[in-house]
Amino acid sequence: MSRPNIFEDNLPTRQKTASVWQLIFLSATVVGIIFLSTLLINILNSSFGYVALEARVPPETLAVNGVPLEELPKEELVRLLQEHLSSGAFNKLENEKPFEKRSRSEVYDLVISRIVKYKVVESWNLFESLFRADEIRARVAEEFPEAELRFMSWLTVDTIRRPQSSEALLAGMRTAILGSLWTIVITIIVAFPLGVSAAIYLEEYAQDNWINRLIRTNINNLAGVPSIIYGMLGLAIFVRSLEKLTSGAVFGLVDPTTANGRTILSAALTLALLILPLIIINAQEAIRAVPQSLRRASLGLGATKWQTVWWHVLPNALPGILTGTILAVSRAIGETAPLVVVGASTAITFDPTSPFSKFTTLPIQIYQWTARPQGEWRHLAAAAIIVLLTLLLTLNATAILLRNRFTKRF
Amino acid sequence: MNANNDQYVLQTRNLSVYYGDFKAVTDVNINIPRNKITAIIGPSGCGKSTLLRAFNRMNELVPGSRVEGEVLFNGQNLYAKDVDPVEVRHRIGMVFQKPNPFPKSIYENVAWGARIHGYRGNMDELVERCLVQAALWDEVKDILHRSGLALSGGQQQRLCIARAIAVQPEVILMDEPASALDPIATLKIEELMQELKKSYTIVIVTHNMQQAARVSDYTAMMMLVDEHSRSGTVIEFDETHKIFTRPSDKRTEDYVTGRFG
Repeated sequence: MSRPNIFEDNLPTRQKTASVWQLIFLSATVVGIIFLSTLLINILNSSFGYVALEARVPPETLAVNGVPLEELPKEELVRLLQEHLSSGAFNKLENEKPFEKRSRSEVYDLVISRIVKYKVVESWNLFESLFRADEIRARVAEEFPEAELRFMSWLTVDTIRRPQSSEALLAGMRTAILGSLWTIVITIIVAFPLGVSAAIYLEEYAQDNWINRLIRTNINNLAGVPSIIYGMLGLAIFVRSLEKLTSGAVFGLVDPTTANGRTILSAALTLALLILPLIIINAQEAIRAVPQSLRRASLGLGATKWQTVWWHVLPNALPGILTGTILAVSRAIGETAPLVVVGASTAITFDPTSPFSKFTTLPIQIYQWTARPQGEWRHLAAAAIIVLLTLLLTLNATAILLRNRFTKRF
Repeated sequence: MNANNDQYVLQTRNLSVYYGDFKAVTDVNINIPRNKITAIIGPSGCGKSTLLRAFNRMNELVPGSRVEGEVLFNGQNLYAKDVDPVEVRHRIGMVFQKPNPFPKSIYENVAWGARIHGYRGNMDELVERCLVQAALWDEVKDILHRSGLALSGGQQQRLCIARAIAVQPEVILMDEPASALDPIATLKIEELMQELKKSYTIVIVTHNMQQAARVSDYTAMMMLVDEHSRSGTVIEFDETHKIFTRPSDKRTEDYVTGRFG
């Protein structure tokens, strides 16, 4: 005797549906990974490869007594400069920094840039260079018989160390990297305490009335405002209205080269404004996730609200707050549009020295390099993207390490 | 101070507690004697915990809550304008239903409360004394710097009791302190309460009538005011053996004998 079956016999169907959904989720992940790898491969592909170089004065002709240029001592290199440059140009270099004080490699760089004057006539990507090397060689031999074919990495210690230049072969990203670091540090200093304080107020102190609800809703909306709007806001407030402050005039620190408050400080304040809503929202979430029982335990012992927040709510919310801040800062470090509006310089060759310096940042530099018509700048931009990604990963790793330290306590 | 105030540590005068427009507790008049254990019993949702929290102003953590009437602590109204709720909670401590130690070391759990109140004595001694009083010392004396969350549920609850007595309150309010624990851990907490009442007044909310009968000296029986109301009140307050043997209210009798509802 069997019990009457009141259920449909549908287990195989249910299992099938389950596996179909699993497949869908898997393919979504795979698609994401494919996109990311394409991006990375594309960047790496552009960062290395053959270049055909034409020299105005071929380096072979600069050999002295059979010693090739690369092996000449510093004194010989200085003599070469004296010989090939006008005396005015030579004296100018001497005045900038006496030759005795320059290292050999500095002088060698000068010889290459001022006398040899390489020019990129054609450049190739990594894959082309690897798989079609013969074709490339044949083409160079035919079209540019004078040119020297060289396998080049656009990402070198030199490209990171050198300042911006109008020659692709001599251009580097030091000013941009320093600008990015200055900006992001000031952004964090401004946005983190402000954002966390606002979140503490909204979560722990604010009463649930219509004004506070309005504020909360608006903060959520602000997080979705396009970044260029923040750029315009930054231009109006920090660059124009607060020019005296952002140019450093009120501190008597005006940099003569700085024009109209378009400084690191303006950029950092604009970015801080941009990520403030993100930090507030994330910190609010983190604070809300701290169990109510902990607050009750603390208040029940006769702790004040502040003691409860400082000793129990914040330490427990900190990992979450830091995670949110990492996300926000990662966004700020890659922002381009608002900085263009605020007035980032595109080609500065000197390092930023204070918050009141003119500035450029890596994304601005990348944007500007990719916009140039000559192919070699694209390679340099790709190298800069690698640096930007590395910078981002380093910052994130630091923050994650910090977070784990705080979490591990108990 | 008159004799009444010496005998009773907490007295309520027409105490009603509201959450917004909702009146959760109506007109409670009870006197809680010093150095005794007073149990508050009654069916779910009749305002036992709300009444308990009104004794140290923890109900104020719920937005929109307010009270009418008075709660006298040693003769002084806790809800008077010049009384700071922070000081009230220092003098009247609380142990919660679910053990909620801080995610800190066992030592810090006990020491923290004393420290924020500016304790000037020897902290190590205080921590030891409180853990001994909470009958936990022997189990944790070698692992004081391990996390309080690493203990078992019953140990955690005793840690919370040690934490509560570290700030030297006069009264300890316990909100179903054993309902999340197994029978052995429950028994330990009950034994502990008998020890603690020598130094403290204890008010305990419990769902467990056997527990109330076992541990308490006085019992407050709470019930909804009437069938159509969601507001509770104390319908009978007396010595525990009277409540359980010769209750004067029919509803109390039905409830304690299990004939309720």
